[in-house]
Amino acid sequence: MIFLSRKWAIPMNKFWIILSHTYLNKLKTKSFIITTLLTVVITLGLTNMSNIIEVFDKGGDKEKVAVLDETGQLYAPLKEQMSALNKNLSLKEFDGTEKEAEKAVEEGEYTGFVQLRYDEEQLPEATYKAMSVADSNIFTDLQAGLQQLKTMLAASKISLTPEQLQQLYEPVTFDKVALEENAKTEEELNQARGLVYVLLFVIYFAVIMYASMIAMEVATEKSSRVMEILISSVSPIKQMFAKILGIGLLSLTQLAVLLSVGYFSIKRNLSSLEGGFFDAFGFGNVSISTIAYAVIFFILGYFLYATLAAFLGSLVSRIEDVQQMITPMTLLVVAGFMIAMFGLGQPDSPFIVITSYIPFFTPMIMFLRVGMLNIPIWESVLGISILAGTIVILAVFGARVYRGGVLMYGKSNSFKDIKKALQLTKKE
Amino acid sequence: MVLKLEHVTKRFGDFTAVNDLSIAIPDKEMFGFLGANGAGKTTTFRMILGLLDSSDGRITWDGKPINYSTSHLVGYLPEERGLYPKLKVGEQIVYLARLRGMPKSEAVSELKYWLEKFKVPEYENKKVEELSKGNQQKIQFIAAVIHKPKLLILDEPFSGLDPVNVELLKEAVLSLKEKGTTIVFSSHQMHHVEEMCEHLCIMHKGAPVVHGSLKEIKRAFGKKNLVIHADFPLGFLGNYPGVVKAKSTTEGIHLQIDAEYVAEKILKEIVNKGFIRKFDLEEPSLNDIFIEKVGDSYE
Repeated sequence: MIFLSRKWAIPMNKFWIILSHTYLNKLKTKSFIITTLLTVVITLGLTNMSNIIEVFDKGGDKEKVAVLDETGQLYAPLKEQMSALNKNLSLKEFDGTEKEAEKAVEEGEYTGFVQLRYDEEQLPEATYKAMSVADSNIFTDLQAGLQQLKTMLAASKISLTPEQLQQLYEPVTFDKVALEENAKTEEELNQARGLVYVLLFVIYFAVIMYASMIAMEVATEKSSRVMEILISSVSPIKQMFAKILGIGLLSLTQLAVLLSVGYFSIKRNLSSLEGGFFDAFGFGNVSISTIAYAVIFFILGYFLYATLAAFLGSLVSRIEDVQQMITPMTLLVVAGFMIAMFGLGQPDSPFIVITSYIPFFTPMIMFLRVGMLNIPIWESVLGISILAGTIVILAVFGARVYRGGVLMYGKSNSFKDIKKALQLTKKE
Repeated sequence: MVLKLEHVTKRFGDFTAVNDLSIAIPDKEMFGFLGANGAGKTTTFRMILGLLDSSDGRITWDGKPINYSTSHLVGYLPEERGLYPKLKVGEQIVYLARLRGMPKSEAVSELKYWLEKFKVPEYENKKVEELSKGNQQKIQFIAAVIHKPKLLILDEPFSGLDPVNVELLKEAVLSLKEKGTTIVFSSHQMHHVEEMCEHLCIMHKGAPVVHGSLKEIKRAFGKKNLVIHADFPLGFLGNYPGVVKAKSTTEGIHLQIDAEYVAEKILKEIVNKGFIRKFDLEEPSLNDIFIEKVGDSYE
């Protein structure tokens, strides 16, 4: 053949040309840059939450509450109690009548006022009055302060020694111990829950966002009719997978940006925040295996839904129909996420165990289980295998639908079209 | 390098889109497909390109099937035009050329050549959606030919273009043919095919009605057209033996006759009746043949 010897027969694998074209083009789009920046801002916001709260608290006014002390004795001990309970609540003794106090509240000088008096047994009793009682925090804190005050007074009446008083106040010792071997302690479980929760969110959003991006991409090529040139150059199957990988690379890029920003931001704040917000969310001692599982399930979940989205996208003729077409798929993801949210509280319930093997839910629910419990390795391997198998089946089936689907142009875009698309690729 | 279609049939369920089509398209020829919408032209092209599998029969080029391993040798202008609306002309032509196996640097210089040729070099950095429809078609054409294909398939290349651009495109197609490209194109406008193709095929409802070389088809058709302009009434010629069809015009009459000798007899008949300003014996037009074979006019 003369022309096969042309100097540029096959210079670069077409698969890589499509992959890099898809990746670089999407990377340059405004929407990608904006969402990445936005998520970075959100990550920075979340990881600096305590700093931000502090800034606002410093700027914000303290809540001022007037105290109308009819007893003349209770104000000082109550103020002492309250300063320990809520630093942002400042109590002030009010000299005047109840009417004057009400007026001061109406004028906005105070948030509210407390009337203190003794009941028949010489124990404290109080009424709280404010313009609105919507802010229950103040009320609850005041109640707690008064309660302590009352206990103290009552205790002193029956003349208990300080030691006896101490015993009375001491909380009961109540420990949880899991008998199962390797089971996580309650503390570990709480930490895992925070991390799993955040990573579940990442998987959920990424799968929905990138899968619909693929469906959009395919539908755009189809509706702009550039598809016919493309499929006469490169096989639709090659195109489909190049596109899925290209967008997958994009999602990993975004994830990497997100994780590194989050990691460094946490690391910078960690020393000053020990025992606070981050420990509660389990970021202090992030388990490597949890992160590794998150990446595995992220990638597998992405492939599963991306393949589904690609072939669904190939069935529509107009971009407007894409959302409608992928809605059932989105609902599957949402259902998986809901089940996972339920599972955060009861990761070892039979329902969660069963759903963790259903491939469409595995990425989130099996991840939840490996993140929160110490399940035997074969269980996660089994889940991953079922998932991987489903991806392969879906890819083979999806590729056939895609091949026929891209040539189909019509009004309807129902699931009947899947059959039609398959028929197109057949000989008869 | 013959492109051969042997007993090619394509069925979609109960519907037969192409029925027993057998043609051979010689190397470096220009071959025209004629037919109304739905005659099966696009389906035939898609089968030639390997986008659809034929239900029966086989299609070979130089004895081998056309598939993705030969895609760098084939150029295709689909009937439904389409490019990425948001991409710049330069970016997407180079991308499409690379998918046809052309290296980037060569694609860039080739693109410059074609944009110059179509007198639109400034379009390289414009987005496709900013161009007029006619200019988008030029870009689409460039996308089909940039990688210097050996076999070029053009589905309705001239539809929707103004006469100036039709000429520009025709010129480009002819120059490609001179360089040795085998060109297959479809049209439902007879005169384009008549003007450009040595070989053609008329399709009707999926079946080839006539095919062969233009000259042979016309010769085999037998019937000729006779145009007479005279100062006296010519209406009586409508019933003259050998006249198939007659149509009076303001200046005279258009006749279709079934053989050349009929013209001779008519001339003898009318020569003494008065002044004859025009007596013209013409070859049948492709349109006449199309009407005769397909049954109704398309133009």
